[in-house]
Amino acid sequence: MSPVWLQTRELARRSLVRTLRQPAQVVPTITFPLFLLAINAGGLDAATGIPGFPTDSYLTFALAVPFIQSGIFAVSNGGADLARDIETGFLDRLALTPMSGAALITGQLAGVVALGLLNAVVYLGVGLAAGATLEAGVAGALVLFALSLVIVFAFGCVGVYAAFRFGDGEAVQGLFPVMFVFLFLSSMALPRDLIEQEWFRTVATLNPVSYLIEGVRSLFIVGFDGRALALAFGCGMAIGMAFLALSVGRLRTRLVRT
Amino acid sequence: MSGFARTRSIAFAVAWRNLHNFFTNPVLIVPALLFPLFFFTAFAGGLSRVASAPGFDFAGDYTAFQFVFVLLQASAFGGVFTGFALARDFESGFGRRMMLSAPNRVGILGGYAIAAFARAVFIWVLLTAIALAVGMGVGGNAVDMLGLYALAGMINFAALMWAAGIALRIRSIQAGPLMQTPVFLIIFLAPVYVPIDLLSGWVESAARVNPLTAVIEAGRGFISGAETEVLLAFGAAAGLALLLAVWAFTGLRRAEAAGG
Repeated sequence: MSPVWLQTRELARRSLVRTLRQPAQVVPTITFPLFLLAINAGGLDAATGIPGFPTDSYLTFALAVPFIQSGIFAVSNGGADLARDIETGFLDRLALTPMSGAALITGQLAGVVALGLLNAVVYLGVGLAAGATLEAGVAGALVLFALSLVIVFAFGCVGVYAAFRFGDGEAVQGLFPVMFVFLFLSSMALPRDLIEQEWFRTVATLNPVSYLIEGVRSLFIVGFDGRALALAFGCGMAIGMAFLALSVGRLRTRLVRT
Repeated sequence: MSGFARTRSIAFAVAWRNLHNFFTNPVLIVPALLFPLFFFTAFAGGLSRVASAPGFDFAGDYTAFQFVFVLLQASAFGGVFTGFALARDFESGFGRRMMLSAPNRVGILGGYAIAAFARAVFIWVLLTAIALAVGMGVGGNAVDMLGLYALAGMINFAALMWAAGIALRIRSIQAGPLMQTPVFLIIFLAPVYVPIDLLSGWVESAARVNPLTAVIEAGRGFISGAETEVLLAFGAAAGLALLLAVWAFTGLRRAEAAGG
């Protein structure tokens, strides 16, 4: 077994155990998005009466949003864990070992990625139990889980970059509301073509979060929409790769061997 | 100096200190300003098409509909955030020093109430200016608008009393989630996006027994010039304020008993 794989596995196991042992990280990622889903589904159900609305169930329409919120939690959870390692000096101790930088980043995200998968299963289960429909069926559920992993990994990379950049858990936590700005300024509440204000529609069109939501949403409402899914996977991977590259750059300055 | 004058002097000193901290610390003032503006932008801008949903019978425009909600939300959170300051003061030991120097400790609570109100007024001015600048239609007259801001002031006071009651009992900023989560819940379990008749499911049931529903509906009535549920709204707001003031004063007594 290659040393990089061994290192990745060990760090992934540590990350996984650390995440699951912190109810404060697990419980809000499940309850908060489901609570907002319940409020929005009841509060905006009347929007399905707008001509051109793509479904007659706002619950089905809004069920895509928790999958993105799970990603937003990955920013703060993944980033805060790494920031704590920096603050406590654990990262400095790793720097004294022949630890691979790539292994560090990949392993560090194992906990939030696993939590993201758990969240996706819960959101889907609760949504279907509450009356939502998944047009893409069982195969669509598998694609949904794969897309969830891409989203959580992408946002997790944002958190890792922020941890390397700031080295401070409080600063990383401060990104949580910033991420919510991206969510609210997207096609979260209405399809883009039904957004009345032109400036808001433009912002939502430029906002990559809209494409992540629309990819997830397409599985619930349309079935398999190749364009929506390609855009969602593409945006997710682009965000992940961009912030992974930035993180590796930051890591080089952090993991200075002495 | 009379007892009242001393209490007033304490209240103004506490309020001045809190407002000085608020206005000179970007970490405190920036989120307090940005969050209401952001919610206003996101709701009024992104959801305006909801006004064309069948049965949406609000007399004004959707910007005004959401302005009232965001104004009340900002007022409530202005009170909660001032409660955070109170908790921080007690956690750091400053609260204990205030208790030692104030013969009548009600003045301390009064000081935070003045600060919370001043913070809210600052945000109201900004929010109102922006809403009018983007073309919000106001159908109500000056008295109606006064009624809307009076309701917002009462909600600001009630939210502060809630947060202060928690802060004085726990005396740590770790009580923050306990202060803001119930306020967040009660606000969002009201008719946020559409009039109450268009809500559905359990959210509708919750909204119908939520005292803030009457306040929000009356506020929307004021801004559109079609007054509705005015007495009920003021009764609900006054009832909440009174009840939570008792909660805060008993918290103050507990803090005194614990030695600050």
